[in-house]
Amino acid sequence: MAAITLMKTPAETALVQAFEAAKATLPGDVESRAQAFETFNRNGLPHRRVEEFKYTDLRALVREAAPFAAKPSLDEAKRALLDAKSFAGVDAVRIPFVNGHLVDSAIAFDGLPEGIDVVPLASALASGHEWLSRLSPVDWASKNPVYQLNSAFMADGVMIRVVGEVTTPIHLQFVTSSTTPVATATRVLVVVEPEASVTLVESHESTNGAAHQPNDVVELIAADGAHVRHVRLNAEGDQAIALSTFAVKLGAEASLNTINVAVGSSVFRHQVFGVFSGENTTAQINGASMLKDRQHGDTTLIIEHAAPHCESRELFKTVIDGEATGVFQGKIIVPPHAQKTDGRMMSAALLLSEGGAMNNKPELEIFADDVQCAHGATCGQLDDDLLFYLMARGLPKPEAESLLVQAFLGEAIEFVENDSLREALIASVEAWLRARG
Amino acid sequence: MPAVQETIDQVRLIDVDQYKYGFETEVEMEKSPKGLSEDVIRFISAKKGEPEWMLQWRLDAYKRWQTMQEPNWARVSYDKIDYNEIYYYAAPKNNPAPKSLDEVDPEILRTYEKLGIPLREQEILAGVEPERRVAVDAVFDSVSVATTFKEELKKAGVIFMPISEAIREYPDLVKQYLGTVVPVTDNFFATLNSAVFTDGSFVYVPPGVRCPMELSTYFRINEKNTGQFERTLIIADKGSYVSYLEGCTAPKRDENQLHAAVVELIALDDAEIKYSTVQNWYPGDAQGKGGIYNFVTKRGDCRGKNSVITWTQVETGSAITWKYPSCILRGDNSRGEFYSIAVSNGMQQVDSGTKMIHLGKNTTSRIISKGIAAGRSENTYRGLVSAHRKATGARNFTNCDSLLIGNECGAHTVPYIESKNATAVFEHEATTSKISEDQMFYCQQRGLSDEEATALIVNGFVKDVLQQLPMEFAVEAQKLISISLEGSVG
Repeated sequence: MAAITLMKTPAETALVQAFEAAKATLPGDVESRAQAFETFNRNGLPHRRVEEFKYTDLRALVREAAPFAAKPSLDEAKRALLDAKSFAGVDAVRIPFVNGHLVDSAIAFDGLPEGIDVVPLASALASGHEWLSRLSPVDWASKNPVYQLNSAFMADGVMIRVVGEVTTPIHLQFVTSSTTPVATATRVLVVVEPEASVTLVESHESTNGAAHQPNDVVELIAADGAHVRHVRLNAEGDQAIALSTFAVKLGAEASLNTINVAVGSSVFRHQVFGVFSGENTTAQINGASMLKDRQHGDTTLIIEHAAPHCESRELFKTVIDGEATGVFQGKIIVPPHAQKTDGRMMSAALLLSEGGAMNNKPELEIFADDVQCAHGATCGQLDDDLLFYLMARGLPKPEAESLLVQAFLGEAIEFVENDSLREALIASVEAWLRARG
Repeated sequence: MPAVQETIDQVRLIDVDQYKYGFETEVEMEKSPKGLSEDVIRFISAKKGEPEWMLQWRLDAYKRWQTMQEPNWARVSYDKIDYNEIYYYAAPKNNPAPKSLDEVDPEILRTYEKLGIPLREQEILAGVEPERRVAVDAVFDSVSVATTFKEELKKAGVIFMPISEAIREYPDLVKQYLGTVVPVTDNFFATLNSAVFTDGSFVYVPPGVRCPMELSTYFRINEKNTGQFERTLIIADKGSYVSYLEGCTAPKRDENQLHAAVVELIALDDAEIKYSTVQNWYPGDAQGKGGIYNFVTKRGDCRGKNSVITWTQVETGSAITWKYPSCILRGDNSRGEFYSIAVSNGMQQVDSGTKMIHLGKNTTSRIISKGIAAGRSENTYRGLVSAHRKATGARNFTNCDSLLIGNECGAHTVPYIESKNATAVFEHEATTSKISEDQMFYCQQRGLSDEEATALIVNGFVKDVLQQLPMEFAVEAQKLISISLEGSVG
């Protein structure tokens, strides 16, 4: 049979045109951008025939490609940051982005706490900064079409280096304020040097509900003995199509505790790619997604235990209301030499309404014979007995439901050690439940 | 935790170089011309004395097949199959349609004797009524050579005969059900099978009848360069019950042979079908040379209310297995079960699992799968559990364990769990206690740990089903059941 050439959708055509128009003005090496764009040019947006996107057909979901946002004026950026609410009460070093561009005037580069170095990505790309060689530490991400699009279009971002024990959290604050839909592509690289420790906070929000299209990548290299806590909140506007990637490479004796909490966007796909490259490292990778109306929320995860004696725990909770669709795809890979690996992955989904749907695909790929790996997936509605118990004690049904949903999501959120961060996340769960009514 | 020594020893006993059924039978065979064309299909159809509609059905399937592409999503790799290098029909030359056992080539009878398959009803000891009898349909390459206990089954109203005979004798029944579970266009191999299928069993159990004995088919590939394309159709009418067993072996050869079967089960209201397989096709040698490609489409349709379909499979053979016995749970309160033990050794590649498609209300399904990979083999469990919008109260429990022996093999799990109904409750190895809390409690009360109790209950359950197998098939299966899965992963 003849090979089938697919027609490009309007969104795909627009992206090709956008790349042609922008590649000369984007900072850094054009060649590597063109390389990253090549696969997209050939295959277009990933669709349901591509196994990893089976449940999230981006070709169908992304109907139009929004234009890439221009750098906002300082006034505009300041106004946007005043309106930003996420983690406002948390004491942190803030690194703000408005419309996908770093607001460098808002950062006191000289006054940063000891142990933190921040380099704006746009200028680093333009000048060929030495840290650039550390970008793209995880191969699984580099092969991913969403990541490749980010590599082609990334306009701004930061590179952060952490040395020693840093107690103040670093808050990467992404705000989109444009009143018309815009696309953004940011890249953040965080290098946590040996024995250092840090708490990273990411918030993604919009000051309006426009159909923005962010594609954000955060890359983390945790060197030997490094300890990283990471909290990510997706509070994008109701119309947003949010693509995001968290790629992490862990050294020996390191630890990672990360959570992604999603309450926003009309469509989101959050990808986590983790590689254990040194022994005796532990990772707790959590997620809590709240979906309503016709939202589509996808969490895709690949964890490669490339070194022996590592432990990973993955716990993902999804609450589905209205006619929303939840997706969880997780894969634990254990190569032949990674003996004594201990990996446990769990995905639990709660369907609150008749129209909701959940697709779970927890995979294991194991080549070593002395390992402990398990995966679990559950899907169901609220337990009638539990509801009855609470209602019998005088709680009205909506309250009883809310309490149970909170408890369900709480299991994933309670791993956040920092009190103010955990409380902020719980508050966002409560706000979601209140809005549900 | 690595596998315990006892397990390693037991798996060793069924390694690829221990294959016992690899002998060849010298019989003169009549074959179709090599390759696949409309003429070959006409040849097969004429050999079987089929009515015109059946030939047309085959030709339509062939036309469709030519437009299809071989699937490549399974986690198996093999050299491209040349479909024009295969003989699609091979039958013993002397009397391909024997009326009684006396007419069957004695060489073939000896083959079945060697394989331990009883073809002679009279061999049952005089005066001693055996506890359980088994009716056997023996398929040798492309034809059925003998079917036992036909008369006795007929008295109970049960139709058990080769499908080619059923097409001639009960065309209406065949027409009504053939291709209704696995449509002609279902997938590449099923379409190929629809075009060229040669023999297989046809079973019809009338309403309210409990089939008086086990039915079984024994498939043997013997001839070189042939493919076996059998087609089995089992219909359990309202309130009936039937248990069917299937066994398969092939000689040791350096070439790969294709086995592309289609099995369709239909259970109407309150009917129950148990389908068990002991698959022991030649797995190839330790270097991966030779062996059967087992590309099979098996599907059951719980069409009626309260119907039950149970698949039990013990897979030790085949160079490559691509097999997903599935249940469509259409009738309200219907139940689907899948119990599988797949052991891969040498260079074997297994990609197997099940699909449980919940369409009706209060449908339940259970999947218990154990994969054991040794040598340099790859063992993949691939399964789908889905609940459609109207499948209110659907319930599934899945448990799939894999065990690796050595670090040159791989074990993979690829489950798909799709729920479109809030009241559906799906658990994929979520909690062991969900097996049955009462049973767990009972065991724990007697001092068994959580794991011991789970193992006991799961093993007990699988054993329960496998004990239904006649001894001829069950020796291997029993041995497998005793393999401990200590040290297994998710």
